[in-house]
Amino acid sequence: MEQKDVPQDKGALGKMTREVCYATDENGKYVTSLSTGWEVKNGALDTTWKDIEGRIAVARQKVTAGEASPVLFFMEYRLMDINILKDYTGLWKWQIKKHLRPAAFNKLSQKILQRYADAFNVSIDKLKSMDIDEG
Amino acid sequence: MKADFEHRQAAHCETGVTMSLLRNKGITQITEPLAFGIGAGLFYVYVPFVKINNGPAIAFRTFPGVIFKRTCKALDIPIVRKKFNSKEQAAAFLQEQIDAGNPVGCQVGVYYLSYFPKEYRFHFNAHNIIVYGKEGDDFLVSDPIMEQATHLTSYELERVRFAKGALAPKGQIYYPAKHVELTNEKVKLAIIKGIKNNVQNMLHIPGWFGGVAGIAWTGKKIKTWRDKLGIEKAGLYLAQLVRMQEEIGTGGGGFRYIYAAFLQEAQAYVPNDQLPGISAEFTKAGDLWRTAAVQAAGIYKGRIGTQADFNVMGDYLLEVAEIEKKAFTALKKIKW
Repeated sequence: MEQKDVPQDKGALGKMTREVCYATDENGKYVTSLSTGWEVKNGALDTTWKDIEGRIAVARQKVTAGEASPVLFFMEYRLMDINILKDYTGLWKWQIKKHLRPAAFNKLSQKILQRYADAFNVSIDKLKSMDIDEG
Repeated sequence: MKADFEHRQAAHCETGVTMSLLRNKGITQITEPLAFGIGAGLFYVYVPFVKINNGPAIAFRTFPGVIFKRTCKALDIPIVRKKFNSKEQAAAFLQEQIDAGNPVGCQVGVYYLSYFPKEYRFHFNAHNIIVYGKEGDDFLVSDPIMEQATHLTSYELERVRFAKGALAPKGQIYYPAKHVELTNEKVKLAIIKGIKNNVQNMLHIPGWFGGVAGIAWTGKKIKTWRDKLGIEKAGLYLAQLVRMQEEIGTGGGGFRYIYAAFLQEAQAYVPNDQLPGISAEFTKAGDLWRTAAVQAAGIYKGRIGTQADFNVMGDYLLEVAEIEKKAFTALKKIKW
């Protein structure tokens, strides 16, 4: 990539920094150049987030319909999978799979609920109600 | 307490941390591209049967932590590296280093990294930052991918140092133990070692899914994605590929441009007629990776999406694999 072709598109990156790109100058020598972002990458990030938002919405519906417990919703909301959640809660995978069912979730002790609440960074009340500030 | 430390921006976090920490110890010859090349940072792997964020597990660089280790080892620079089981011990050790005026590298997770915008916060635990001081409750942080130095409260820092999941940092701290005088001869030998190592990893790694063979395999696989996954999921997979390839931290073109820059800089230590031409081949590879990303974007943005479009996408990767295979074979044949 030549220095003059280093993209300067706007996107989420701009909320944080400009990034260093390696590109060649007119003599073919490598130099570093700052870029504000590239719309090709913005599209990739948007596509990923659209998918995540879709998954969160489906999970919320399932919980509301009584087909899943709030653990499923928060797992999607916090971009986790069972492996990550297992490490944050210190529970076994089979336990978490069980707690994804509303019946099992409703019987959980305060202690286990607190572990989930901590892992998801919410209060127990909000864990149960899914009443979260979506910001 | 604040160490005498200057924040320097880099393309990639681990090479940036390596360069800055070495520079802080007075080892000024090692630039970011040299650290990347000596550490044999260039790689490709598509790990089969594993999913990350519901997409394919693809990496364009070598395993996290390896670049710092290899670079320092090749240059005979002793290093200190510690992981912790207890948060208290991790905090105490960091405080000792700061009190001693010693900036240190820290492995962190980005999900709770407060200065990242939400869009960039995933459970990715192999990010690297330098902590170089403390003012009140704020730790002074040099994150190499950022233009400016920043800070984290002690709570925020503890949280990212003890992020959980794959590659959990466990409070990992690392730094070069002392200043070492580098002769040009030593840098030269380290460069040659780094190149040989990278040739090995890209050409001769066992299995079908790593190195240049892995790139070709991915190309063939992509051609089947439309039928196998459906257009939407295929688009999501391509978006993941592009993010791993181009997102902040890569320097562009899946690290291929940094590697091309490394081969240019290597010329000063290991003069060789072939290096400039091989460097240009890596530039070509980086450019083609980016052309492929534009094609992928057409698919995930829904502008294109026929089987022919997927075939074009797959063929780009097959072509990249050929270019990189030739370039690494040329490096392999050089008599140093």
